[in-house]
Amino acid sequence: MSRAVRWWVLGAGTAGVGLVLLLAFLQMPSFGSSHHPYRDAAVPAAVAHGTANVVGSVTFDQRGIDTLGEEAIFFGSVLAVLVLLRPEDEEEPRPEEGSLAPLQSTRLFGYLLLPLSLITGLDIVAHGHVTPGGGFQGGIMLATALHLVYVAGRYRSLEQLRPMPLFESGEAAGVAAFTALGFAGIAVTGSFLANFLPYGTFGQILSAGTVPLLNIAVGVAVGSGGIVLLGQFFTQVFLADREKGSGS
Amino acid sequence: MSVYAYVVAGALLLLGAIGIARSRDLVHAVVCLSISQSGTYVLLLAIGYQDGAPAPVFGSTSAPTTRVVDPVVQALTLTDIVVSATVTALLLALSIQIQKRHGTVDPDELSALEG
Repeated sequence: MSRAVRWWVLGAGTAGVGLVLLLAFLQMPSFGSSHHPYRDAAVPAAVAHGTANVVGSVTFDQRGIDTLGEEAIFFGSVLAVLVLLRPEDEEEPRPEEGSLAPLQSTRLFGYLLLPLSLITGLDIVAHGHVTPGGGFQGGIMLATALHLVYVAGRYRSLEQLRPMPLFESGEAAGVAAFTALGFAGIAVTGSFLANFLPYGTFGQILSAGTVPLLNIAVGVAVGSGGIVLLGQFFTQVFLADREKGSGS
Repeated sequence: MSVYAYVVAGALLLLGAIGIARSRDLVHAVVCLSISQSGTYVLLLAIGYQDGAPAPVFGSTSAPTTRVVDPVVQALTLTDIVVSATVTALLLALSIQIQKRHGTVDPDELSALEG
């Protein structure tokens, strides 16, 4: 397809999809209106299960099986990246050289922020059922917090703090724990991922039944998975490329 | 202006698609896909919005009420973001492999099928 034809196809497609979208938008309930039937059903259901964060209740209680699927997608993608980016025979680890040491101020802020970010990430995972947050958000915070060591120091120091096999097992353990909680729901009440634990006091840390446990399982899986994922991309940077070395 | 937020969502979707079609670099195309997908976040959150309603998180000072923004679309947006992040990671890994195999990430130069 020539370039000119391609732009015409693109233009016609964009205009067509844009027009259809606009026609659909004009028929939709007005922005900011008070008509929200799903909300009217979800909020009482969350309150009945003692979950103060309704989004957390929707994610882990009301549609927990979708979240299990979502976690499986994350798990599958980490696995796929591991397979795609495995070091090849002609590639070998390159010693880290020539990289400048970071600024003193960068080092200071990196090391100051590292414990703060780790604690904030843990807090967001642990309080996911009572305040905004949860396993996905806190897990990603934990995974990225560890990489402050790289920003503040050298890749070597990150590697020493990052036992990869542990995080690889951690990801699998997180997904396994989520599934196990689902089967525990079958054992106790007869339905998969049923919220079978006591609902506790609304708004307290011990509330919402299985939601905090599922949050922790997801937090472990996403945190470990994020570290493994970023680690794969880091490894690519520090692989000696023989082809590049021979100047092709 | 009751459709303004929806139009922003549609515009993001289409701008991302145009960016992918015009892309001369696979990494650029992956970023454009993320922009396209962020249109779906805006659409979902816009659907759930209610004027003057607070977040669907209750505490000691905010008694449970149904007068909050829709938590269901917020949970869907969370799923959306996770899927977007995993797709981005996967496509970037594929881009690295394409660069290694073909020595280029320009989609126009990747026309040849190779066994």
